[in-house]
Amino acid sequence: MTAVKKRLQNDSFRHYLKSLKFSLYTMRRPLDGFWDLIHEKRGSMAAAHTIVITFVLVQIVYLTQSNFWWIDIPMESFSSLIVVLNIVLPILLFSLANWCLTTLFDGKGRIRDIYMGYAYAMVPQLLIRAAIVPLTFILTSDEVMIPIMLSQISNLWFYILILCAMKQIHDYTFGKALLTTIVSLSAMGIMVFIFLMFFAVVSDGMAYFYSLGQEILFRIRRG
Amino acid sequence: MKKLCCFLLAAMLLAVPFTAFASGPTNFTYTYNQWHTPIPSPDAYRVTAYILGQHLYFNGENLGQFREPQDLHAHGNLLYLADTGNDRIIVIEFFEDTTWEVAGVHTYAMLDGEPTTFDRPRGVFVSDWYGSYGEIWVADTHNQRVLHLDADWNVITEIGHPGIYVEDVRSLLPYYSDFLPAKVAVDFSGRLFVQALHINRGLMEFDRDGTFAGYMGAPEVVVTPIDQFFRFIATPAQREAMILNVPVEYNNLHIDSQGFIFVTTSQEDIEFPVARLNAMGEDIMIRNGWYYPIGDLWWGAGADRSGPSEFVAVTTIPNDIFIVFDRNRGRLFAYDSQGHLLYVFGGPGNREGFFTFPTALTNMGFTLFALDGGHGPNASALTRFDLTEYGELIKYAFDMYQRGLYEESYLYWNEVLRINGNFGLAYIGIARAHLRMGNYREAMRFFRLQSDTLGYGRAFNFYRRIWMEENFWIIASGLGVLIIIPPVVKTIKKLRKEINES
Repeated sequence: MTAVKKRLQNDSFRHYLKSLKFSLYTMRRPLDGFWDLIHEKRGSMAAAHTIVITFVLVQIVYLTQSNFWWIDIPMESFSSLIVVLNIVLPILLFSLANWCLTTLFDGKGRIRDIYMGYAYAMVPQLLIRAAIVPLTFILTSDEVMIPIMLSQISNLWFYILILCAMKQIHDYTFGKALLTTIVSLSAMGIMVFIFLMFFAVVSDGMAYFYSLGQEILFRIRRG
Repeated sequence: MKKLCCFLLAAMLLAVPFTAFASGPTNFTYTYNQWHTPIPSPDAYRVTAYILGQHLYFNGENLGQFREPQDLHAHGNLLYLADTGNDRIIVIEFFEDTTWEVAGVHTYAMLDGEPTTFDRPRGVFVSDWYGSYGEIWVADTHNQRVLHLDADWNVITEIGHPGIYVEDVRSLLPYYSDFLPAKVAVDFSGRLFVQALHINRGLMEFDRDGTFAGYMGAPEVVVTPIDQFFRFIATPAQREAMILNVPVEYNNLHIDSQGFIFVTTSQEDIEFPVARLNAMGEDIMIRNGWYYPIGDLWWGAGADRSGPSEFVAVTTIPNDIFIVFDRNRGRLFAYDSQGHLLYVFGGPGNREGFFTFPTALTNMGFTLFALDGGHGPNASALTRFDLTEYGELIKYAFDMYQRGLYEESYLYWNEVLRINGNFGLAYIGIARAHLRMGNYREAMRFFRLQSDTLGYGRAFNFYRRIWMEENFWIIASGLGVLIIIPPVVKTIKKLRKEINES
């Protein structure tokens, strides 16, 4: 008991809880919230990580536990690892691509700021998805419009938040924020392409040297 | 001596009684589940007879091999077989004890007292309808005519080339193209429908007296904007070389017991290779299954065969199940009236129950007759399929459900599941029975097993309403408490604050 009390009195832990609670404020007041998130240090990396991990968990529950008329995935082909990659990879790629781009265009944000902004922007989507799961057990398939509308709202909300986050983190105008966001999306595509090409070339090279070695071994053995 | 031996052998063959539930080799029956995955199933149909032409005798004479037989039609217990390559129509009578006998071999019909021979007849139809019962229609293909015969093979009308030279060739068949009738069918009002070779404007329709009434049922040609764009930018020479965007050509037709016309087409990349047309020629087939009735869903190449199924024949068995015959892989696909796949059986090959070149399919009640028109010696054969115990159970379950006897159908569906736990429709059947009997919770459980969204929604609606009615007071009081508590708390807080301040 005393340990918990001590924990609660610990300053850094209290800051963590406060920064986590701050995500609800950025959700409602994005312009003000994202400014304070970075410049007033009201957010924290720990909270951002927590949001991302919770989002992954919620997404897994959402995909597996929703009523079958809303989401129906054959369980034998379902993989949680794919869900994790689907969420974590875009965040990392976006942070990297956006940072690479905005440092060239007077962006104020560091890579961790961008990561934090993206994570905080995911909060409404997280909450709405978590709400849809029980909702599918109360509604029938005739009322499918309600969860569809909710998820559309959550998507729109996410786009708005991401834009606001980019604007405030880099201290941009809206137009510039929109432009850099779109360009960093295409940069993400280029990065994925280069990654794939790199791996393809490396595996081809490996195969080449492997067969070369084998050839040499065969010749040696034959004498 | 040789002849006598043959005769004795044939007599022996004819005398062998066949049991109702054949226990022959399996047909490798399977079905597709809701995830489009093929899963094995017990046999619903098994081969009970495999008849080659040389097995048949008429007036002591061997009929010899069939040559490219093209059509089958069942009328009562008579089976009419168009033995196209031999220019004859064979009538085989099937008896209750599953033996058979040739009842007639027809190479000609009597036209005004003179015999007129058939030339490669590709189709035969015998009317079951009141008013024309027992009358015969023969598609006498190479003579370019359809013969309307009475039950004694005397010509009533000879329907020849309907062409009249007019400017507008859209509505008629021009003289310079051949009239090659292949398959014929007649509806209850005596209207004749002809599927002719090389005609892609649908079926040709003739009045009762044999006058040409026009084309019907041509499927609409869909021109995509992309097609239009490429056609727009192409040079005239390129445009000439492009594949013409023409409607599909039907290759078979069948009239069901309600007078609707089933048509099949083997053209590739078609969304609806089997359709059910009404009198206006509109497709009224119900397609509520997990996939449209297109035959095989897995098109992997194997044994020299690839690509989609090519339907060449269709028939309907009495409880509104229709069965289509696939030429590509020699398989038979059974769908119920709602378009759910029941079972698939048959396959490519030379063994009995397998086919090299399927041409026709018909049924006598629940007994199926499939015709293999393969080229070469011993390739053309007539195969008879009968229901197995499993097939009978499915049949009874459907019967009971359609008659509204839900509890009985429930029992039969349970029996089906005992034999084959992978039969998806049984779960839906049980769920529907539960729904009708008012066990909404159970109905939901079974609908869920098959991901039947609509059925689940219906059952859940009832369940939710009943739950709300039963727990109305709990919900109402809960809501009331939720409404009352916040103001109460607020006032208490306010009072405390005031007390503290004062």
